[in-house]
Amino acid sequence: MVVLNAVIEAAGLEKTYPARDRGGTPFRAVAGIGLRVERGEAFGFLGPNGAGKSSTMRMLGGVSAPTAGTLRILGLDPAAHGRRVRARLGVVPQDDSLDVHLTVRENLLVYGRYFGLSRKAVRERAGELLEFARLTEKADERVEHLSGGMRRRLTIARALINDPEILLLDEPTTGLDPQARHVLWDRLFRLKQDGVTLILTTHYMDEAEQLCDRLVIMDKGLIADEGSPRELIERHITREVLELRFPPGEHEQVAVKLGRDGLPEPERLEVLPDRLLWYAEDGETALARATAAGVQPITALVRRATLEDVFLRLTGRSLTD
Amino acid sequence: MFRALHYWLYRYRRTWRGTIVISVANPLLFLLAIGAGLGALVRGSVDGVSYLEFFAPGLLAAAAFQNAFVDGGFAVTSASRRERIYPTAAATPLEPGEIFGGHLLFITLRLALSAAAFVLVMALFGLVSGPGVAVAVVGAATLTGLALAAPLAAWAVTVRDIPQLNTVFRFGMMPLYLFSGTFFSVAQLPGPIRAVVQVMPLWHGVDLCRTLALGTAALGPSLLHLGYLAGLVVAGVLAGRVTFRRCLHT
Ligand SMILES: Nc1ncnc2c1ncn2[C@@H]1O[C@H](COP(=O)(O)OP(=O)(O)OP(=O)(O)O)[C@@H](O)[C@H]1O
Ligand SMILES: [Mg+2]
Repeated sequence: MVVLNAVIEAAGLEKTYPARDRGGTPFRAVAGIGLRVERGEAFGFLGPNGAGKSSTMRMLGGVSAPTAGTLRILGLDPAAHGRRVRARLGVVPQDDSLDVHLTVRENLLVYGRYFGLSRKAVRERAGELLEFARLTEKADERVEHLSGGMRRRLTIARALINDPEILLLDEPTTGLDPQARHVLWDRLFRLKQDGVTLILTTHYMDEAEQLCDRLVIMDKGLIADEGSPRELIERHITREVLELRFPPGEHEQVAVKLGRDGLPEPERLEVLPDRLLWYAEDGETALARATAAGVQPITALVRRATLEDVFLRLTGRSLTD
Repeated sequence: MFRALHYWLYRYRRTWRGTIVISVANPLLFLLAIGAGLGALVRGSVDGVSYLEFFAPGLLAAAAFQNAFVDGGFAVTSASRRERIYPTAAATPLEPGEIFGGHLLFITLRLALSAAAFVLVMALFGLVSGPGVAVAVVGAATLTGLALAAPLAAWAVTVRDIPQLNTVFRFGMMPLYLFSGTFFSVAQLPGPIRAVVQVMPLWHGVDLCRTLALGTAALGPSLLHLGYLAGLVVAGVLAGRVTFRRCLHT
């Protein structure tokens, strides 16, 4: 039997920032979203820059009061019980905020003390976490000397010092090389297996597909849709995509030639500035049809549909622009 | 609040030796130069005492003020923005008020230590008449610093970049430093300027430290100085509780 046990529940959640300067207009970064995250889930926010991901994460972290809507974190209202809520969360902020003057271990020690943990308890926990983050060898080096991937791992280790029930990760792998990202994903899988609820934001669709059981696609402060990566792909697009490239400026013309408006459901043609996307159940057949129609692309590529395509479908824009 | 203080103390472990050396060396050099050089130029006495006796406690108050600007201004803006020390702490159970309080406690400690080092140097020059006076003067200098540090920190947490602080330092602090009776008696200033100077906090600190050190403190003016400086501290703490919350819980 599956026992559902929401650790996060939000309805109509909004965040409007006051105008930065006099005469400016207030800015609504989160425009009314509803969420429910179950214990032990890995839940993601996928969205482009400025979608409102960090603003949402700060509300979930109990450091930013929603300007409208209701929010329950671990069953508590963070506005009334901020301290108790934050004591049970781990936060990995978007920008690294390690203390570069202190060593790796000291960063964990001082942070643990913020939670009121005893010196002894912090010391023990720090040892375990250094092991977990594969930083034991670096324990007594200054943070200044760490690579980006190591810093990120240390930030995650730091966020785990209080044995949190929920770990909030804001763009955990942005700016890291592929190797470092895989190491990090591996560590996050481990945490998930240990039963920690993971909530993360990303603008990488591969990260969302790798890590998330369920995710929301966020754009302009709103949730465009919600589901597992597979569900989202199945709901909005075909299994495969044929990517065709032509000389600049010819894409519109070719789209008409391929009979854009007369394609059988669920097939679709999408014209991008640099290529043409043909969503079809079978990409090879689509390519054969294109060739039969007398179209001669510079390059043609058949690939599986991804969340990137879902995002394009839902918002009319690509994730990384 | 003590959890937040712990952080600053921990960080301080790396640098405290250096800062103590500086807090001793600075007044030592200054007083040597003044005593041996400038003091000889100033014939006779100022307000009935030697120039060195007159100048040292004034410089103590001014130094406390300057330290307060560094610790309550630059360090606070940096902790709020570049180093992200405050936002990091705000993600933990600590409340913004505690983060502010912890840092202010640390600043108080630093001010007191620097003042103590300064007074020690004054004693070497025979400028302190006894332990009671020494304690009173250290306390007065610490309060003087805090009267700037608390309101300044309340503002500095909202400042986006360091250059803004530099401007305030240059156009606010320097004139105060020069005209608040540190180097010469404000009695020499023309009336209107004197009136302006005498509503500024530094002058109250200078006069308090000086009269305590010289043994000329009278109850009335001393209470006025104390009340004025303490009032600034209280106002700064109240304002800081609001601004820290606004900046850390956006
Ligand atoms: N404190 C603030 N005051 C005013 N506006 C803000 C504030 N924080 C964020 N914003 C604005 O809100 C919008 C959403 O910002 P947010 O940081 O939540 O986006 P994001 O999805 O995390 O983007 P990114 O991928 O770039 O991190 C942006 O337009 C941003 O400029
Ligand atoms: Mg963000």
